[in-house]
Amino acid sequence: MKTGHTTMRKLRSAVMKLPLMLTCREFEDFVLDYFEGTLPTKQHVIFDIHLMVCHDCRSYLAAYQRSVALSKAVFERLEDPVPGDVPEDLVEAIIAAKDERYRRT
Amino acid sequence: MSEPTEQIAVNQDYAADGNDLERAIREHGAAMLWVARRLLGNEDEARECVQEAYLLAFAKIASFEGRSSFRTWLHRIVVNTALGLLRKRKRKETESLDDLLPVFDSDGCRVEPSWRFNEPLERMLERNDVQNIVCRSIASLPESYRIVLALRDIEGYDTAEAATLLETNAGVIKTRLHRARAALKKKLEPLWSRGEL
Repeated sequence: MKTGHTTMRKLRSAVMKLPLMLTCREFEDFVLDYFEGTLPTKQHVIFDIHLMVCHDCRSYLAAYQRSVALSKAVFERLEDPVPGDVPEDLVEAIIAAKDERYRRT
Repeated sequence: MSEPTEQIAVNQDYAADGNDLERAIREHGAAMLWVARRLLGNEDEARECVQEAYLLAFAKIASFEGRSSFRTWLHRIVVNTALGLLRKRKRKETESLDDLLPVFDSDGCRVEPSWRFNEPLERMLERNDVQNIVCRSIASLPESYRIVLALRDIEGYDTAEAATLLETNAGVIKTRLHRARAALKKKLEPLWSRGEL
């Protein structure tokens, strides 16, 4: 299996030397702009071509996208409703600190 | 029923009224504490941050113009206060991101397993262990990356806003965000399974 992967990569490496092709390392520089929707048209086309021929980058991008979606969703869920009440001692501490500042001023 | 803080907040007497302060803390305090915990990763500092933020908000209540909700206004004060505490902290970043970043061979080809996502996202979210792994993974990122990830992906600020808050430029924010996301992906990989090509 490992030999198969290595052969595939060698083949891909040769393909990526063709015009309008990126290496995976170059592709990496475009990932954020791709997700932000700020890739200029030409770069977008080049990015898509690379994605079509590169299984490893497709797999990487899917896991990247999944982890961003998962972390956003976890925090949205944790905040809705906001977990628990504000600790009573914190409420008292803030009120006491405000009173203290008022006294001083 | 008491008046919502959004309406009374524009009243300049608000700062002088202890009952209003207490109501504002009870209405928004838990959410603000949650924000501070995410940014600071430390309970004591998170409480200190929320306390400072409320005192600052009430001292500046006259400048609240009601263009956003009181909660949004307060949220920004909490974020600014947390960032101020982080700057004071000047903690040394010992953990490197290098081991968590993408791997390439000598030809610049990516070395990446083939991932399979057997479980729908919605079902994963029901699992407590998934929530814990995500929270722990984010908390373990080096501070300068964790903060950018938290501001952009969790608190909802855009690149320009995050750059202003962190007193840096958009390029730095984008680089850190991408590296933080790539590192987080690596940390979350145990949640999905490897497939075959």
